[in-house]
This record gives sequence, structure tokens and C-alpha cells, in this order.
Amino acid sequence: MVDETRRKKRFDRSIKVRTEGLYAINSWVEMLYLILPRAVFIIGLLTLPLLLDMYWQKVICSAGTYALLALSFDLLAEYVGLVCLGGAFFIGSGGYISGLLNAHFGWSALLCIPIATISGAILSTIVLIPALRLRGIYFAIISFMIPMFARDIIVALSVFGGTEGISALGILPNVWIEVYLILIVVIIALFAIRRLVNEDIGLVFQAIKDNDQAVKASGINITSYKIKAVFIASLLGSFGGAYLSHIYGWVGISLFAMDFSILPIAASVMGGMGTLAGPVLGAFALTPLSEALRGFGQLRVVIYCFILISFIVYKPEGLLNYFQRKYHQFEHWEKV
Amino acid sequence: MEKVPLLKVENISKAFGGVQAVVNVSFTLNKGDILGIIGPNGSGKTTLANLTTGFVRPNRGKVIFNGCDISKTPPHKVANLGLTRTFQVMRPYHSLSAYKNLIVPLQSPRVRRTRAGKLGDTDAVAIDILEEIGFERDARVPYKIAGSLPLGYLKRLELGRCFALNPIVIICDEIFSGLSMSEITSLIPLLEKVQMEGVTLVMIEHRLRELFRLANRVMVMNFGQKIAEGTPQEVMNNPEVRKAYLGRERS
Amino acid sequence: MDILVYGTVNSVTFALIALGFTLVYGVSRIPNFAHGSIYVLVGFLTYTFINDFNINYPLAIFISLIIASLIGLIIYRFILIRLRGLAASEIIASFAVGLIILEGLRLQGIGGFKGFIGPFYMLPNFIEGKISIFGLFVNYQRLIIIGVGLLLILGMSMFTHFTKIGLSLRAIAQDEHAAMMLGVHSDHAAMISMSIGSALAGLAAVTILPLGNVTPEMGYKVLIYALAICIIGGLGSWWGAIISSFVLGFAIKTSTALFGAMWESVVLVGTIIFILLVKPSGLLGKQKELEERV
Repeated sequence: MVDETRRKKRFDRSIKVRTEGLYAINSWVEMLYLILPRAVFIIGLLTLPLLLDMYWQKVICSAGTYALLALSFDLLAEYVGLVCLGGAFFIGSGGYISGLLNAHFGWSALLCIPIATISGAILSTIVLIPALRLRGIYFAIISFMIPMFARDIIVALSVFGGTEGISALGILPNVWIEVYLILIVVIIALFAIRRLVNEDIGLVFQAIKDNDQAVKASGINITSYKIKAVFIASLLGSFGGAYLSHIYGWVGISLFAMDFSILPIAASVMGGMGTLAGPVLGAFALTPLSEALRGFGQLRVVIYCFILISFIVYKPEGLLNYFQRKYHQFEHWEKV
Repeated sequence: MEKVPLLKVENISKAFGGVQAVVNVSFTLNKGDILGIIGPNGSGKTTLANLTTGFVRPNRGKVIFNGCDISKTPPHKVANLGLTRTFQVMRPYHSLSAYKNLIVPLQSPRVRRTRAGKLGDTDAVAIDILEEIGFERDARVPYKIAGSLPLGYLKRLELGRCFALNPIVIICDEIFSGLSMSEITSLIPLLEKVQMEGVTLVMIEHRLRELFRLANRVMVMNFGQKIAEGTPQEVMNNPEVRKAYLGRERS
Repeated sequence: MDILVYGTVNSVTFALIALGFTLVYGVSRIPNFAHGSIYVLVGFLTYTFINDFNINYPLAIFISLIIASLIGLIIYRFILIRLRGLAASEIIASFAVGLIILEGLRLQGIGGFKGFIGPFYMLPNFIEGKISIFGLFVNYQRLIIIGVGLLLILGMSMFTHFTKIGLSLRAIAQDEHAAMMLGVHSDHAAMISMSIGSALAGLAAVTILPLGNVTPEMGYKVLIYALAICIIGGLGSWWGAIISSFVLGFAIKTSTALFGAMWESVVLVGTIIFILLVKPSGLLGKQKELEERV
């Protein structure tokens, strides 16, 4: 009896030349091949609100916020080497600043949101600076603790509305603006960050993740680059927070909830860390799931974590990496 | 006329916990030298390199570079002054391609200062540097992912990282280790060329024969202390040195 | 005077909470984000054993501790072991496991599981009653906390200095590669430390919880205390954790006595920020711990 052994042979489609990212485009068909996934993504995302009813449109709003957080998590974790367990703080700081500006000065939402985005990012970065000079583990721990401290301090000192929060904030003019604002911001953010990581500054980030001692020996102050990275990431989160405060018309300590920290992580791991688009898609997939499970209370968090662990142990590359591989490579069995 | 030494290390000591890694070591480096540092494993050579370049702070003693005391200066600032080093344990930025590895040092303040004016396309500059150190452009070697390159190229990449900084001094930590004879012989002309262009070299090495061909002065360490210094010939004949390497001298 | 006594109790409480975490981190360099969850889990398990299964108190405690160490072992063996070396994944996975346990305890209506909501769950004191010390009435339970704490420190010192397993844990904590070369298996050491660390979390739980009630929210609080104490004392440093427990214990007791209970968080945050700015590696942490080795 003879055993036939086979092995899988993989090779790239002929359009790919030698290395990642370099393509030799010979025809319109090949150009289409490259543009198609991105086009589908953008068009799909933009037409989504048109297909859904009011309730689910609101879901898109929070999905978009989670998508921004997932994007910032992926940027920090896979491109700089910083695991941020406290995305909720970005949301909270952006949200509270925007809410306070609106409540005390009466400025309109469209003015408050940009200001809160930038100041929220500055605040978040300052708060995280002590952890940036140290090893990555300190950043993880401190970023975990910060949203809880913020919540405790707000409650303890009873400032900024304490446990009740601040309500009756100005909201955005109509629901179409709400939905399209976040979707456009998500799309712009995604492509901007994609561009960023391939620029010189992005290369330094990746180098810091791979080998920070060599970066230091190359004359670069890694702390200042880490600060820049955290600032960029927190811009995304703070915008999300400011945005949310004007969707709900209310800010409160629930903006610092564990949900905002954990769902983006689950979305990133599931979607494919490092792809930047994967986490965004993951967020859009997990948020409706979380809405559907709203009746089950805390089961949501248990499920996110379960999904997260399953992926991280069994399929760490994530879904998008998997599909990308399939798209770019042929596989077939060949006899050995 | 007294020559001001480029680098002066005075009575430097460092202990890690209970272990005395470097004990009271002093040496000077003049411009244009090639100083070899040799010694058995564990004699403190790499720690000395770390101390000199700011990766580790000395317990006692001073490091003076071009007249400035850099004993407590952080490593990136030391590199920015022109005092660069390679690493014994090779770890390139393995997810980036070779030339992208060099874009990182091109971002340092030193490069922005010394390559006056616009840098132009950093990609092109990086590839040019790589070509100078032997990455054949035609074979598209600079574009390969750094993690996939063989050791000989990685060692050159480390040197390239230092070159990109327009260095005044390069401390090479065991740059010949792990290379085959032919790889070493092809690396030596590169080092000589570098020296002729005005860079001062310090070479921490185990491969004595090749080192002695290059170095004009050699320093020997054992158990953290400097036990000999002089020309390669003097050092080779020094009985202390032989004892350190070979054990008790047979009578 | 009461600050002295209550301060000591508070400090030993903190030490009990933090030591399990620091043990795991010191040996395996993985932060056990499930530490607080196991604390709370043991509390609820003991409660259930006593009330729903009518097991007597000491036995219930014993079984809960065994279960705690088994859970620690399982977490390492089935999840963390696959992620060794991938720093980001280790942290994320440990975090997720902690959350699953903690939030899982709040579930209601799944298969009849009622979920632990509300401040109704209390564990009885070991010994009821108070005793007068220097004119101050102190619960026996609080004294028991101090006693257990001292016994623990003594016991662990002897364990790590005189038993083979303890010595191997210390070896791995000091220098992983050297210990591996001498035949200490790093995964086994990590599993042992996870079990002991989880058991310590459980021990802290059964000793401290009788003073108040058990809620899932405490899991986060306990985790934050453990993290704060270990950062201030130096991640991985056993004695650093003990010393910082005392520093923090007294600092918090004094400030709450003078300014009110709400200042606890402020003091905690303030101390952490202070340490990070002044001596980032912590009170007894080693400077080289801060950076990866060249």
C-alpha cells in the first residue's frame, strides 16, 4: 500500500512583485483587483445607513466610535508596541471636555467637538506620559488603571456632575449628520493612519516596537516618538467621546466603562491586528452583536472576552489577515 | 603639542548586584585610532561599551567625549554626539525591509543637523548608504525584509546604522563573531575604508588574528579590569595576557 | 493610636492582596489580571459552599483555595502557555480571562444561575468578638488578618529559601535563562507560581472579606490595589510589595482619617505618579528591570 503524500503549495498571484506592498500593474484588470477591496469597503460603509432603520442607525453611531477606538488600539499595539487597556479614558476625556464646554459656555456641538478632540488628546497624553519612559508592561497596567481612577475621582470629589453626569447637552442637528459624520471620520482616520505608518515617522514607530535599544543607539529619543503615537491614538478616541456626548446629549461616568476598553481589543484581535482595517470591521461586527445581547446584561463582556481569547489562542492572525492571504495567494495541493 | 583625546574614560566602575562587571578601567582614544578591546568571555567588554555609550550608568568614574562629560547622558543623546555602537546580539527591525531599517537613524537630530539642507528622499539616501556597505542594489537586496537576511548582511546593516549617523566614533561589539572567514575578509576593507574617511574605531573582538591586523592599539580586559595595553605585538607577548587566556603558563 | 492599629491592619490587608500578584509576575513576567477576579470568586465560592451546600466553614475555605489554585493552573496551562513570548498577547489574554470571571459572576438568568448582585453576600468572621488593645476595641478578625499576614510572609520566606521548588522559583525570578540552564523548567515554575499566587489571592479573600461584604465590583478594586502596590514597590519585588503595602496602608488611613474617605483614590493616584516620576522602577525595583537588556 502506497501512501500518497501531498503538500500545500502557495504562491502569490502574478501581480505581486517580490515583497509586500510592491505591485506591478500591467492592466486595468489588475488595477481593479487592487482597488476592489477598498472600494467595496468604502461604498459598503457609506451605504449602510441607507439600508437600515432608525434604531440600527444609532447602532452605527456607536459602532463607529468603537471602530475609532479599535483603530487606535491597533496602531498602538501593533505599530508602536504599546498595549493600551484603557481606551475608555480617551472617550471619557473627550466626552467630558465637550460636555463641559457645551454646558458652561453654551458653544454649539460643532464647535465643541473639535476643541474637545484636541484637548482630550492632550489630556490623555499628559496622563500617560509617566508610563511611556518605562517598559511596555507599565503602560498596559497604568492605562488599565486610569479610567477607573478618573471615575473614582469624579465620584469622590463630586465634580463634573458626579454620578449623575451632565445632561441636556446640545445634540447634532439630525440623525443623518450623526451617522455620516462618524462614518466619514472613520474612513478618513483609517486611510490617514495607513498612510502614516508607511511614512518615516511610522517606520520609527515600528522600529521602536521591534527593538527599542537599537532605535536609541540611532540617536532617536523614543519617549518623544511614543508621546506622538499616543497623541495620535488619543485623538481618535477623544473625538469618539466628544461625538458620543452630543449624540446622547449627556455625559456621565459611564463614559469610562470597561466596555470601551474591552470591545475595541476584542474587535482588533478578531479583525486582525496590524491590518488597521480589520479592527474597524471587527468593531462594526461586534457592536451589533453587543446590541442584540443588551438584554443579557453583563453577558456581553463575557462574550467579547471569550471571542478574544479564542482568537488569540487559535487564530491570532485574525480574520482580515486570513482573508487577505486567501485573496493574494493561490493554494493548491500538489503531490510530493 | 598635546593632542586632546577624542574619548577619555577615567576610572570607570560598574557593579550589577553583587557582580563587579567593570572595575576601575581607564583608557583614551585618539582620533584616527583603531583600538581593539579583547579579553575572555565575561571580562566586562560589552559592559564597558554600554557604559561608554550611555546604556548603563557607571557607579564611579567618568566618560569624557570631545571634552564633554557624558557619563550620565542617555544613549540617544550620546549617539547624537557622534559616538555610535553596534550590538553584539543582532536584532534588526525584522518586520521592515533593509533600507527602511536605515531610515530610522536618518530621522535623528544629528542627521538633520549635519546633512545640511533638505535631506531629499530619505529612501534614496538609505539605499545609497546600503550600496556603499555592500548591499547589491541590482540583486534588490536592500528591499528584502531584514528578518530574512543572512548574518553577514545583518552585520553590515548594523554598521550601516552607524554610518547613517555620520559618526565620529564607532564601537563595534564583536562584529566578526559568527561570520565565516570569507565574510570577515570581505568586511575588513570596509572597516579600513571607514577609518580612512576619518572615523575612529573601537573593536571589541574575539578573533585576535584579524583584529591585530586592523588595530594599532589593543587593550586587554579580564574580570572587569584592564590588565594590559599597547600595540598588538606588545600585548601578545605580555605574560599576564597569556595567563588570562590560556591559564597558568607551563614552565 | 487608632491610626496605628488600623493602619497596620490596612497595610497587612494590602500585603495579602498584593503578594500573590507579585509572585506570579516575579516568576513568569506575566501580569495576572485575573488576580482580583479569583479573589472575588473565592469569596463567592466559600459563601455558596457554606450556605447552599452546608459545608462547614474551614472545609469550605480549604476547598475554595484548592479550586483557586487549580483555576490559576488552568489559566496558565491552557491559555497563557501558548502565548509565552508574545508580550502584547499575554497581557491581553490575562486581562480577558480576568474579565470573563469577574463579569461572569454578575450574570443572571443563564441556566438558573442567579448571579451575585447586590450587597447581600457576607462571610462570617472566624472568631466573633472584639478585644481591647490600648483602650481601642478591635475585631478579632482584624487581628487575625495581621496574624495570617505574618504567617504568610514567614511561610513564603521559608518556602522560597529552603524547599527545592521555592528555590527554583526564586532562581527563575532572578535570571530566567541561567535557571533554565540549571534545569529549572520555566513553564513548570510559571504554573506553580500561578497556582500559589491564585491560592494567595483566595487566602486574602477569605481573611479579609468577613470584614465587609462581597461584590463583583471588588474584583476591580482589588486588582487596582495589587497593581498599585506592586508598581510602587517595584514589579516583581517581594519585599518591595510588603514595604509599599505599609507605606500605602498608613498613607491612606491617615489621609482618610484627616480628610475623609473620598481621598483614598487621590492618595493612591498621587503616590503612583510620584513614584513614577521619582524612582520609576519602584521602591525596591532594580533599575535594569526598566529596560530590556542590551
